[in-house]
Amino acid sequence: MATISVTLKVWRQKSRNDSGRFETYFAKDINTEMSFLEMLDVVNENLIREGKEPIAFEHDCREGICGSCGLYVNGRAHGPLKGTTICQVHMRSFKDGETIYVEPWRAKAFPIIKDLIVDRSAFDRIIQAGGFISVDTGSAVEANSIPIPKAIADLAFEAATCIGCGACVAACKNASAMLFVSAKVTHLALLPQGQAERYRRVIKMVEQMDAEGFGNCSNTGACEAECPKSISLTNIARLNREYLAARLVPRQYDN
Amino acid sequence: MSTIAKTAVFSTSIGKKLVMALTGIFLITFLIVHLSGNLLLLKGDNGEAFNAYARFMETSPLIRILELILAVGFLFHIVMGIRLALENRRARPIRYQVNKATENSTFYSRFMVWSGITVLFFLLLHLWNFFFQHRFLGLGAKETMYETVVRTFKEPIYSIVYIIAMVFLAFHLNHGFQSALQSSGLQINTNLGKRIKSIGMLFSIVICAGFTAIPLYFLIFT
Ligand code: HEM
Ligand code: SF4
Ligand code: FES
Repeated sequence: MATISVTLKVWRQKSRNDSGRFETYFAKDINTEMSFLEMLDVVNENLIREGKEPIAFEHDCREGICGSCGLYVNGRAHGPLKGTTICQVHMRSFKDGETIYVEPWRAKAFPIIKDLIVDRSAFDRIIQAGGFISVDTGSAVEANSIPIPKAIADLAFEAATCIGCGACVAACKNASAMLFVSAKVTHLALLPQGQAERYRRVIKMVEQMDAEGFGNCSNTGACEAECPKSISLTNIARLNREYLAARLVPRQYDN
Repeated sequence: MSTIAKTAVFSTSIGKKLVMALTGIFLITFLIVHLSGNLLLLKGDNGEAFNAYARFMETSPLIRILELILAVGFLFHIVMGIRLALENRRARPIRYQVNKATENSTFYSRFMVWSGITVLFFLLLHLWNFFFQHRFLGLGAKETMYETVVRTFKEPIYSIVYIIAMVFLAFHLNHGFQSALQSSGLQINTNLGKRIKSIGMLFSIVICAGFTAIPLYFLIFT
Protein backbone atom coordinates (compact mmCIF):
# COMPACT_ATOMS: atom_id res chain seq x y z
CA MET A 1 0.00 0.00 0.00
CA ALA A 2 1.66 3.19 -1.20
CA THR A 3 1.34 6.26 0.96
CA ILE A 4 2.33 9.88 0.43
CA SER A 5 2.47 12.99 2.60
CA VAL A 6 1.36 16.33 1.24
CA THR A 7 1.16 19.90 2.48
CA LEU A 8 -2.20 21.58 1.96
CA LYS A 9 -2.78 25.32 1.64
CA VAL A 10 -6.53 25.59 2.10
CA TRP A 11 -8.72 28.68 1.78
CA ARG A 12 -10.59 29.18 5.07
CA GLN A 13 -13.39 31.71 5.34
CA LYS A 14 -15.91 31.70 8.20
CA SER A 15 -18.79 33.32 6.33
CA ARG A 16 -19.71 35.40 3.32
CA ASN A 17 -18.46 38.57 5.00
CA ASP A 18 -15.24 37.20 6.48
CA SER A 19 -12.16 38.20 4.48
CA GLY A 20 -10.67 34.69 4.49
CA ARG A 21 -7.07 33.40 4.39
CA PHE A 22 -5.00 30.35 3.51
CA GLU A 23 -4.26 27.88 6.32
CA THR A 24 -1.57 25.22 6.09
CA TYR A 25 -2.30 21.58 6.97
CA PHE A 26 -0.13 18.49 6.74
CA ALA A 27 -1.72 15.30 5.48
CA LYS A 28 0.64 12.50 6.54
CA ASP A 29 0.76 8.93 5.26
CA ILE A 30 -2.17 9.23 2.89
CA ASN A 31 -3.10 6.06 1.02
CA THR A 32 -2.71 6.84 -2.69
CA GLU A 33 -5.88 4.85 -3.44
CA MET A 34 -7.89 7.44 -1.48
CA SER A 35 -9.85 10.04 -3.39
CA PHE A 36 -8.96 13.70 -2.91
CA LEU A 37 -12.13 14.20 -0.86
CA GLU A 38 -11.32 11.17 1.33
CA MET A 39 -7.94 12.77 2.01
CA LEU A 40 -9.79 15.92 3.10
CA ASP A 41 -12.01 13.71 5.31
CA VAL A 42 -8.88 12.41 7.05
CA VAL A 43 -7.58 15.96 7.55
CA ASN A 44 -10.98 16.99 8.91
CA GLU A 45 -11.12 14.10 11.39
CA ASN A 46 -7.76 15.21 12.74
CA LEU A 47 -9.02 18.79 12.97
CA ILE A 48 -12.12 17.64 14.86
CA ARG A 49 -9.96 15.57 17.20
CA GLU A 50 -7.89 18.70 17.90
CA GLY A 51 -11.10 20.59 18.67
CA LYS A 52 -10.78 22.75 15.52
CA GLU A 53 -13.33 23.65 12.87
CA PRO A 54 -13.23 21.14 9.97
CA ILE A 55 -12.79 22.39 6.39
CA ALA A 56 -16.19 22.92 4.76
CA PHE A 57 -16.43 21.55 1.21
CA GLU A 58 -19.39 20.43 -0.86
CA HIS A 59 -19.94 16.84 -2.03
CA ASP A 60 -22.70 14.32 -2.46
CA CYS A 61 -22.44 11.36 -4.82
CA ARG A 62 -18.63 11.14 -4.95
CA GLU A 63 -19.17 9.32 -8.23
CA GLY A 64 -18.77 12.23 -10.63
CA ILE A 65 -22.46 12.47 -11.47
CA CYS A 66 -24.18 14.96 -9.18
CA GLY A 67 -22.16 18.14 -9.70
CA SER A 68 -21.96 19.06 -6.00
CA CYS A 69 -18.21 18.94 -5.61
CA GLY A 70 -15.91 21.55 -7.06
CA LEU A 71 -12.48 22.69 -5.87
CA TYR A 72 -9.73 24.69 -7.56
CA VAL A 73 -6.78 22.41 -6.89
CA ASN A 74 -3.26 23.60 -7.75
CA GLY A 75 -4.57 26.11 -10.24
CA ARG A 76 -6.97 23.74 -12.05
CA ALA A 77 -10.74 23.39 -11.73
CA HIS A 78 -11.42 19.87 -10.38
CA GLY A 79 -7.68 19.23 -10.07
CA PRO A 80 -5.07 17.92 -12.51
CA LEU A 81 -7.06 15.37 -14.56
CA LYS A 82 -9.10 16.04 -17.68
CA GLY A 83 -12.78 15.14 -17.87
CA THR A 84 -12.97 14.35 -14.14
CA THR A 85 -14.69 15.85 -11.10
CA ILE A 86 -12.52 16.37 -8.02
CA CYS A 87 -14.38 13.56 -6.19
CA GLN A 88 -13.01 11.17 -8.83
CA VAL A 89 -9.40 12.35 -8.54
CA HIS A 90 -7.26 10.05 -6.43
CA MET A 91 -4.18 10.80 -4.41
CA ARG A 92 -2.05 8.81 -6.88
CA SER A 93 -2.33 11.90 -9.08
CA PHE A 94 -0.12 13.77 -6.58
CA LYS A 95 3.52 13.42 -5.62
CA ASP A 96 4.97 12.72 -2.19
CA GLY A 97 5.96 15.98 -0.49
CA GLU A 98 3.87 18.08 -2.89
CA THR A 99 2.25 21.34 -1.76
CA ILE A 100 -1.37 21.49 -2.89
CA TYR A 101 -3.35 24.73 -3.05
CA VAL A 102 -7.09 24.21 -2.50
CA GLU A 103 -9.27 27.18 -3.40
CA PRO A 104 -13.00 27.72 -3.87
CA TRP A 105 -14.50 28.66 -7.27
CA ARG A 106 -13.78 32.37 -7.70
CA ALA A 107 -16.53 34.40 -9.34
CA LYS A 108 -18.58 37.42 -8.38
CA ALA A 109 -21.71 35.41 -9.24
CA PHE A 110 -20.63 32.56 -6.90
CA PRO A 111 -20.22 34.21 -3.47
CA ILE A 112 -18.49 32.10 -0.83
CA ILE A 113 -20.75 30.62 1.86
CA LYS A 114 -18.00 29.05 3.93
CA ASP A 115 -14.42 27.91 3.27
CA LEU A 116 -14.56 26.05 -0.06
CA ILE A 117 -18.35 26.12 -0.49
CA VAL A 118 -19.76 28.67 -2.92
CA ASP A 119 -23.35 29.69 -3.56
CA ARG A 120 -24.24 28.47 -7.05
CA SER A 121 -27.90 29.45 -6.89
CA ALA A 122 -27.19 31.80 -9.84
CA PHE A 123 -27.29 28.61 -11.97
CA ASP A 124 -30.67 27.68 -10.46
CA ARG A 125 -32.06 31.09 -11.31
CA ILE A 126 -30.83 30.74 -14.92
CA ILE A 127 -32.63 27.39 -15.17
CA GLN A 128 -35.76 28.87 -13.58
CA ALA A 129 -35.68 31.67 -16.15
CA GLY A 130 -36.15 29.26 -19.06
CA GLY A 131 -34.36 25.92 -18.76
CA PHE A 132 -37.51 23.81 -18.89
CA ILE A 133 -40.21 22.56 -21.21
CA SER A 134 -43.96 22.69 -20.65
CA VAL A 135 -45.79 19.36 -20.83
CA ASP A 136 -49.42 18.63 -20.20
CA THR A 137 -49.78 16.20 -17.34
CA GLY A 138 -51.34 12.80 -17.91
CA SER A 139 -49.94 9.35 -18.40
CA ALA A 140 -46.33 9.11 -19.55
CA VAL A 141 -45.87 9.40 -23.30
CA GLU A 142 -44.46 6.37 -25.08
CA ALA A 143 -40.73 7.02 -25.46
CA ASN A 144 -40.51 6.53 -29.20
CA SER A 145 -43.73 8.28 -30.18
CA ILE A 146 -41.74 11.24 -31.51
CA PRO A 147 -38.98 10.06 -33.85
CA ILE A 148 -35.67 11.96 -33.35
CA PRO A 149 -32.73 11.44 -35.73
CA LYS A 150 -29.86 9.71 -33.95
CA ALA A 151 -27.33 12.47 -34.70
CA ILE A 152 -29.59 15.05 -33.07
CA ALA A 153 -30.42 12.83 -30.12
CA ASP A 154 -26.68 12.28 -29.59
CA LEU A 155 -25.87 16.00 -29.63
CA ALA A 156 -28.74 16.75 -27.24
CA PHE A 157 -27.64 13.92 -24.96
CA GLU A 158 -24.03 15.10 -24.88
CA ALA A 159 -25.22 18.57 -23.88
CA ALA A 160 -27.54 17.05 -21.28
CA THR A 161 -24.59 15.42 -19.49
CA CYS A 162 -23.71 18.82 -17.97
CA ILE A 163 -23.92 18.36 -14.20
CA GLY A 164 -24.03 22.07 -13.35
CA CYS A 165 -20.84 21.96 -11.30
CA GLY A 166 -19.64 25.44 -12.29
CA ALA A 167 -16.09 24.43 -13.26
CA CYS A 168 -16.54 26.27 -16.55
CA VAL A 169 -17.15 29.52 -14.67
CA ALA A 170 -14.28 28.78 -12.29
CA ALA A 171 -11.77 28.08 -15.08
CA CYS A 172 -12.80 30.97 -17.35
CA LYS A 173 -10.62 34.07 -17.06
CA ASN A 174 -13.83 36.10 -17.30
CA ALA A 175 -15.91 33.89 -14.97
CA SER A 176 -18.33 33.44 -17.87
CA ALA A 177 -21.21 30.95 -17.61
CA MET A 178 -21.57 30.52 -21.38
CA LEU A 179 -20.64 26.81 -21.47
CA PHE A 180 -23.23 25.91 -18.83
CA VAL A 181 -25.96 28.00 -20.44
CA SER A 182 -25.05 26.73 -23.91
CA ALA A 183 -25.32 23.12 -22.73
CA LYS A 184 -28.77 23.73 -21.25
CA VAL A 185 -30.03 25.69 -24.26
CA THR A 186 -28.64 23.13 -26.74
CA HIS A 187 -30.13 20.19 -24.88
CA LEU A 188 -33.66 21.61 -25.18
CA ALA A 189 -33.40 23.55 -28.48
CA LEU A 190 -32.39 20.44 -30.44
CA LEU A 191 -35.27 18.27 -29.30
CA PRO A 192 -38.86 18.51 -30.58
CA GLN A 193 -40.13 18.80 -26.98
CA GLY A 194 -38.14 22.00 -26.56
CA GLN A 195 -39.53 23.85 -29.57
CA ALA A 196 -42.53 25.48 -27.89
CA GLU A 197 -40.34 27.80 -25.78
CA ARG A 198 -37.25 27.72 -28.00
CA TYR A 199 -36.66 31.46 -28.54
CA ARG A 200 -38.26 32.70 -25.32
CA ARG A 201 -36.01 30.28 -23.43
CA VAL A 202 -32.70 31.46 -24.90
CA ILE A 203 -33.59 35.12 -24.44
CA LYS A 204 -34.64 34.63 -20.81
CA MET A 205 -31.66 32.46 -19.87
CA VAL A 206 -29.09 34.82 -21.40
CA GLU A 207 -30.79 37.79 -19.74
CA GLN A 208 -30.62 36.04 -16.35
CA MET A 209 -27.00 35.00 -16.97
CA ASP A 210 -26.07 38.64 -17.60
CA ALA A 211 -28.03 39.84 -14.56
CA GLU A 212 -26.14 37.43 -12.28
CA GLY A 213 -22.82 39.17 -12.99
CA PHE A 214 -21.01 36.47 -14.96
CA GLY A 215 -18.40 37.76 -17.42
CA ASN A 216 -18.58 37.74 -21.23
CA CYS A 217 -17.23 34.96 -23.41
CA SER A 218 -13.78 35.51 -24.99
CA ASN A 219 -13.77 32.08 -26.67
CA THR A 220 -10.59 31.02 -24.85
CA GLY A 221 -11.87 27.44 -24.52
CA ALA A 222 -10.74 27.10 -20.88
CA CYS A 223 -14.27 25.93 -19.96
CA GLU A 224 -14.27 23.05 -22.45
CA ALA A 225 -10.77 21.99 -21.36
CA GLU A 226 -11.69 21.88 -17.65
CA CYS A 227 -15.30 20.65 -17.88
CA PRO A 228 -15.59 17.24 -16.16
CA LYS A 229 -18.12 16.21 -18.83
CA SER A 230 -16.08 17.67 -21.73
CA ILE A 231 -19.04 19.75 -22.90
CA SER A 232 -18.03 21.07 -26.33
CA LEU A 233 -17.36 24.70 -27.23
CA THR A 234 -19.51 24.17 -30.32
CA ASN A 235 -22.47 24.47 -27.94
CA ILE A 236 -21.43 28.08 -27.31
CA ALA A 237 -21.48 28.75 -31.06
CA ARG A 238 -24.97 27.24 -31.09
CA LEU A 239 -26.03 29.40 -28.13
CA ASN A 240 -24.78 32.49 -29.98
CA ARG A 241 -26.72 31.39 -33.06
CA GLU A 242 -29.92 30.62 -31.13
CA TYR A 243 -29.73 33.90 -29.25
CA LEU A 244 -28.95 36.11 -32.24
CA ALA A 245 -31.69 34.38 -34.26
CA ALA A 246 -34.15 34.93 -31.41
CA ARG A 247 -33.26 38.61 -31.15
CA LEU A 248 -32.53 39.67 -34.71
CA VAL A 249 -34.57 37.50 -37.07
CA PRO A 250 -38.18 38.69 -37.40
CA ARG A 251 -40.77 36.01 -36.72
CA GLN A 252 -44.53 36.06 -37.10
CA TYR A 253 -45.09 34.96 -33.54
CA ASP A 254 -43.26 35.37 -30.25
CA ASN A 255 -42.50 32.00 -28.72
CA MET B 1 -38.03 41.31 -33.21
CA SER B 2 -38.83 39.92 -29.86
CA THR B 3 -41.08 41.54 -27.32
CA ILE B 4 -39.81 39.20 -24.59
CA ALA B 5 -36.35 40.72 -24.26
CA LYS B 6 -35.90 43.56 -21.81
CA THR B 7 -32.38 44.58 -22.78
CA ALA B 8 -31.26 46.13 -26.08
CA VAL B 9 -29.50 43.38 -28.02
CA PHE B 10 -26.13 45.18 -28.23
CA SER B 11 -26.12 45.64 -24.45
CA THR B 12 -26.27 41.90 -23.75
CA SER B 13 -23.16 39.76 -23.37
CA ILE B 14 -23.75 37.98 -26.70
CA GLY B 15 -24.74 41.20 -28.52
CA LYS B 16 -21.58 42.97 -27.35
CA LYS B 17 -19.50 40.11 -28.69
CA LEU B 18 -21.34 40.34 -32.01
CA VAL B 19 -20.22 43.97 -32.22
CA MET B 20 -16.62 42.84 -31.58
CA ALA B 21 -16.92 40.12 -34.19
CA LEU B 22 -18.48 42.27 -36.93
CA THR B 23 -16.12 45.19 -36.40
CA GLY B 24 -13.21 42.72 -36.12
CA ILE B 25 -14.08 41.08 -39.44
CA PHE B 26 -14.48 44.52 -41.01
CA LEU B 27 -11.02 45.52 -39.73
CA ILE B 28 -9.63 42.28 -41.17
CA THR B 29 -10.95 43.19 -44.63
CA PHE B 30 -9.33 46.59 -44.19
CA LEU B 31 -5.99 44.96 -43.39
CA ILE B 32 -6.16 42.93 -46.62
CA VAL B 33 -6.82 46.05 -48.72
CA HIS B 34 -4.19 48.08 -46.85
CA LEU B 35 -1.49 45.43 -47.27
CA SER B 36 -2.28 44.91 -50.97
CA GLY B 37 -1.81 48.62 -51.63
CA ASN B 38 1.31 48.95 -49.51
CA LEU B 39 3.08 46.10 -51.25
CA LEU B 40 3.44 48.50 -54.20
CA LEU B 41 6.26 49.98 -52.09
CA LEU B 42 8.35 46.91 -52.85
CA LYS B 43 7.99 47.28 -56.63
CA GLY B 44 11.41 48.90 -56.97
CA ASP B 45 10.17 51.73 -59.20
CA ASN B 46 11.20 54.50 -56.82
CA GLY B 47 7.65 54.79 -55.59
CA GLU B 48 5.95 55.68 -58.84
CA ALA B 49 3.11 53.16 -58.52
CA PHE B 50 2.84 53.70 -54.77
CA ASN B 51 2.60 57.48 -55.11
CA ALA B 52 -0.15 57.13 -57.70
CA TYR B 53 -2.01 54.84 -55.33
CA ALA B 54 -1.45 57.26 -52.42
CA ARG B 55 -2.71 60.19 -54.49
CA PHE B 56 -5.85 58.24 -55.37
CA MET B 57 -6.42 57.44 -51.69
CA GLU B 58 -6.00 61.13 -50.77
CA THR B 59 -8.31 62.53 -53.41
CA SER B 60 -11.09 60.00 -54.06
CA PRO B 61 -14.42 60.98 -52.44
CA LEU B 62 -15.31 57.29 -52.14
CA ILE B 63 -12.18 56.70 -50.06
CA ARG B 64 -13.13 59.70 -47.91
CA ILE B 65 -16.42 57.95 -47.02
CA LEU B 66 -14.71 54.58 -46.42
CA GLU B 67 -12.18 56.36 -44.20
CA LEU B 68 -15.02 57.59 -42.03
CA ILE B 69 -16.59 54.13 -41.82
CA LEU B 70 -13.18 52.69 -40.95
CA ALA B 71 -12.72 55.22 -38.13
CA VAL B 72 -16.16 54.36 -36.75
CA GLY B 73 -15.35 50.63 -37.00
CA PHE B 74 -12.12 51.10 -35.05
CA LEU B 75 -13.88 53.26 -32.48
CA PHE B 76 -16.64 50.72 -31.81
CA HIS B 77 -14.15 47.85 -31.69
CA ILE B 78 -11.81 49.65 -29.28
CA VAL B 79 -14.46 51.08 -26.96
CA MET B 80 -16.40 47.81 -26.80
CA GLY B 81 -13.19 45.76 -26.40
CA ILE B 82 -12.04 47.81 -23.42
CA ARG B 83 -15.55 47.80 -21.93
CA LEU B 84 -15.70 43.98 -22.20
CA ALA B 85 -12.26 43.63 -20.64
CA LEU B 86 -13.27 45.80 -17.68
CA GLU B 87 -16.55 43.90 -17.19
CA ASN B 88 -14.70 40.62 -17.35
CA ARG B 89 -12.26 41.71 -14.65
CA ARG B 90 -15.16 42.71 -12.42
CA ALA B 91 -16.70 39.25 -12.81
CA ARG B 92 -13.83 37.84 -10.72
CA PRO B 93 -13.08 40.32 -7.93
CA ILE B 94 -10.85 37.88 -6.00
CA ARG B 95 -8.20 36.14 -8.11
CA TYR B 96 -6.79 32.66 -7.59
CA GLN B 97 -3.59 32.25 -5.61
CA VAL B 98 -2.47 29.54 -8.04
CA ASN B 99 -3.89 29.50 -11.56
CA LYS B 100 -2.56 27.30 -14.38
CA ALA B 101 -4.29 28.97 -17.30
CA THR B 102 -1.62 27.62 -19.68
CA GLU B 103 -3.15 24.16 -19.16
CA ASN B 104 -6.51 25.13 -20.62
CA SER B 105 -6.20 28.02 -23.07
CA THR B 106 -3.83 29.70 -25.49
CA PHE B 107 -1.72 32.72 -24.63
CA TYR B 108 -3.20 34.58 -27.62
CA SER B 109 -6.77 34.17 -26.36
CA ARG B 110 -5.96 35.54 -22.90
CA PHE B 111 -3.80 38.36 -24.27
CA MET B 112 -6.42 39.95 -26.59
CA VAL B 113 -6.92 43.22 -24.74
CA TRP B 114 -3.15 43.75 -24.40
CA SER B 115 -2.37 42.90 -28.01
CA GLY B 116 -5.27 45.19 -28.95
CA ILE B 117 -3.99 48.08 -26.83
CA THR B 118 -0.50 47.62 -28.30
CA VAL B 119 -2.01 47.84 -31.78
CA LEU B 120 -3.90 50.95 -30.66
CA PHE B 121 -0.69 52.73 -29.60
CA PHE B 122 0.91 51.68 -32.85
CA LEU B 123 -2.11 52.99 -34.73
CA LEU B 124 -1.71 56.45 -33.17
CA LEU B 125 1.99 56.54 -34.08
CA HIS B 126 1.20 55.26 -37.57
CA LEU B 127 -1.49 57.90 -38.16
CA TRP B 128 0.95 60.59 -37.03
CA ASN B 129 3.69 59.30 -39.35
CA PHE B 130 1.66 58.84 -42.51
CA PHE B 131 -1.68 60.58 -42.13
CA PHE B 132 -1.93 63.69 -39.92
CA GLN B 133 1.29 65.31 -41.07
CA HIS B 134 0.39 64.81 -44.72
CA ARG B 135 -3.27 65.67 -44.51
CA PHE B 136 -3.30 68.46 -41.95
CA LEU B 137 0.23 69.83 -41.46
CA GLY B 138 1.14 70.45 -45.09
CA LEU B 139 3.79 67.74 -45.32
CA GLY B 140 2.13 66.55 -48.54
CA ALA B 141 3.31 69.72 -50.31
CA LYS B 142 6.94 69.08 -49.33
CA GLU B 143 7.42 65.36 -49.98
CA THR B 144 5.63 62.47 -51.67
CA MET B 145 4.20 59.65 -49.58
CA TYR B 146 6.98 57.41 -50.88
CA GLU B 147 9.62 59.86 -49.63
CA THR B 148 7.92 59.92 -46.23
CA VAL B 149 8.02 56.12 -46.09
CA VAL B 150 11.73 56.02 -47.01
CA ARG B 151 12.61 58.76 -44.50
CA THR B 152 10.64 57.07 -41.70
CA PHE B 153 11.92 53.53 -42.15
CA LYS B 154 15.55 54.63 -42.55
CA GLU B 155 15.35 55.27 -38.82
CA PRO B 156 15.91 51.86 -37.21
CA ILE B 157 13.80 52.83 -34.19
CA TYR B 158 10.68 53.29 -36.35
CA SER B 159 11.28 50.10 -38.28
CA ILE B 160 11.73 48.12 -35.09
CA VAL B 161 8.62 49.59 -33.44
CA TYR B 162 6.60 48.82 -36.57
CA ILE B 163 7.82 45.23 -36.72
CA ILE B 164 7.10 44.60 -33.03
CA ALA B 165 3.62 46.05 -33.46
CA MET B 166 2.97 43.68 -36.37
CA VAL B 167 3.90 40.69 -34.18
CA PHE B 168 1.30 41.84 -31.63
CA LEU B 169 -1.20 42.28 -34.45
CA ALA B 170 -0.51 38.68 -35.49
CA PHE B 171 -1.17 37.54 -31.90
CA HIS B 172 -4.46 39.45 -32.00
CA LEU B 173 -5.52 38.00 -35.34
CA ASN B 174 -4.50 34.44 -34.52
CA HIS B 175 -7.19 34.24 -31.85
CA GLY B 176 -9.44 36.94 -33.27
CA PHE B 177 -10.11 35.28 -36.63
CA GLN B 178 -11.66 32.11 -35.24
CA SER B 179 -13.14 33.90 -32.24
CA ALA B 180 -15.13 36.24 -34.47
CA LEU B 181 -16.69 33.29 -36.31
CA GLN B 182 -17.54 31.56 -33.03
CA SER B 183 -19.09 34.76 -31.65
CA SER B 184 -21.26 35.05 -34.75
CA GLY B 185 -22.44 31.48 -34.19
CA LEU B 186 -20.76 30.01 -37.26
CA GLN B 187 -18.31 27.50 -35.85
CA ILE B 188 -20.58 24.51 -35.76
CA ASN B 189 -18.71 21.30 -36.14
CA THR B 190 -15.29 20.64 -34.73
CA ASN B 191 -13.56 19.58 -37.95
CA LEU B 192 -14.61 22.84 -39.54
CA GLY B 193 -13.44 24.58 -36.35
CA LYS B 194 -9.94 23.12 -36.70
CA ARG B 195 -9.74 24.28 -40.30
CA ILE B 196 -10.91 27.77 -39.33
CA LYS B 197 -8.18 27.92 -36.67
CA SER B 198 -5.51 26.92 -39.21
CA ILE B 199 -6.75 29.49 -41.72
CA GLY B 200 -6.70 32.16 -38.98
CA MET B 201 -3.12 31.31 -38.04
CA LEU B 202 -2.00 31.32 -41.68
CA PHE B 203 -3.76 34.62 -42.23
CA SER B 204 -2.13 36.25 -39.19
CA ILE B 205 1.31 35.08 -40.37
CA VAL B 206 0.74 36.39 -43.91
CA ILE B 207 -0.45 39.78 -42.62
CA CYS B 208 2.47 40.03 -40.19
CA ALA B 209 5.06 38.94 -42.80
CA GLY B 210 3.62 41.27 -45.45
CA PHE B 211 3.61 44.36 -43.26
CA THR B 212 7.00 43.49 -41.74
CA ALA B 213 8.62 43.15 -45.18
CA ILE B 214 8.12 46.87 -45.87
CA PRO B 215 10.15 48.44 -43.02
CA LEU B 216 12.72 45.62 -43.35
CA TYR B 217 13.14 46.37 -47.06
CA PHE B 218 13.77 50.08 -46.48
CA LEU B 219 15.97 49.46 -43.45
CA ILE B 220 18.20 47.13 -45.44
CA PHE B 221 18.17 48.66 -48.93
CA THR B 222 18.23 52.41 -48.31
C1 HEM C 1 -6.60 46.17 -37.36
C2 HEM C 1 -6.81 46.05 -36.11
C3 HEM C 1 -7.68 45.00 -35.44
C4 HEM C 1 -8.27 43.88 -35.94
C5 HEM C 1 -8.22 43.34 -37.36
C6 HEM C 1 -8.97 43.25 -34.85
C7 HEM C 1 -9.69 42.07 -34.94
C8 HEM C 1 -10.32 41.46 -33.91
C9 HEM C 1 -11.13 40.28 -34.02
C10 HEM C 1 -11.45 39.55 -35.31
C11 HEM C 1 -11.55 39.95 -32.77
C12 HEM C 1 -12.41 38.77 -32.38
C13 HEM C 1 -13.82 39.20 -32.04
C14 HEM C 1 -14.55 38.16 -31.26
O1 HEM C 1 -13.99 37.55 -30.35
O2 HEM C 1 -15.72 37.93 -31.55
C15 HEM C 1 -11.01 40.92 -31.87
C16 HEM C 1 -11.19 40.89 -30.50
C17 HEM C 1 -10.74 41.87 -29.65
N1 HEM C 1 -10.13 43.06 -30.01
FE1 HEM C 1 -9.47 43.53 -31.85
N2 HEM C 1 -8.81 43.99 -33.71
C18 HEM C 1 -8.03 45.09 -34.04
C19 HEM C 1 -7.64 46.11 -33.20
C20 HEM C 1 -7.97 46.19 -31.86
C21 HEM C 1 -7.64 47.32 -31.03
C22 HEM C 1 -6.91 48.59 -31.46
C23 HEM C 1 -8.10 47.03 -29.80
C24 HEM C 1 -7.93 47.97 -28.64
C25 HEM C 1 -8.33 47.82 -27.45
C26 HEM C 1 -8.73 45.70 -29.84
C27 HEM C 1 -9.30 45.02 -28.79
C28 HEM C 1 -9.89 43.78 -28.86
C29 HEM C 1 -10.33 43.02 -27.72
C30 HEM C 1 -10.26 43.43 -26.26
C31 HEM C 1 -10.87 41.82 -28.21
C32 HEM C 1 -11.41 40.65 -27.41
C33 HEM C 1 -12.84 40.77 -27.04
C34 HEM C 1 -13.23 39.56 -26.22
O3 HEM C 1 -13.19 38.46 -26.73
O4 HEM C 1 -13.57 39.74 -25.05
N3 HEM C 1 -8.63 45.24 -31.13
N4 HEM C 1 -10.27 41.83 -32.57
S1 SF4 D 1 -20.61 22.78 -18.67
FE1 SF4 D 1 -19.20 21.31 -17.69
S2 SF4 D 1 -18.03 22.59 -16.23
FE2 SF4 D 1 -19.85 23.77 -16.79
S3 SF4 D 1 -21.38 23.28 -15.24
FE3 SF4 D 1 -21.73 21.83 -16.94
S4 SF4 D 1 -20.51 20.02 -16.37
FE4 SF4 D 1 -19.76 21.69 -15.06
S1 FES E 1 -19.62 14.69 -5.40
FE1 FES E 1 -21.08 14.32 -7.00
S2 FES E 1 -19.89 14.87 -8.75
FE2 FES E 1 -18.42 15.02 -7.18
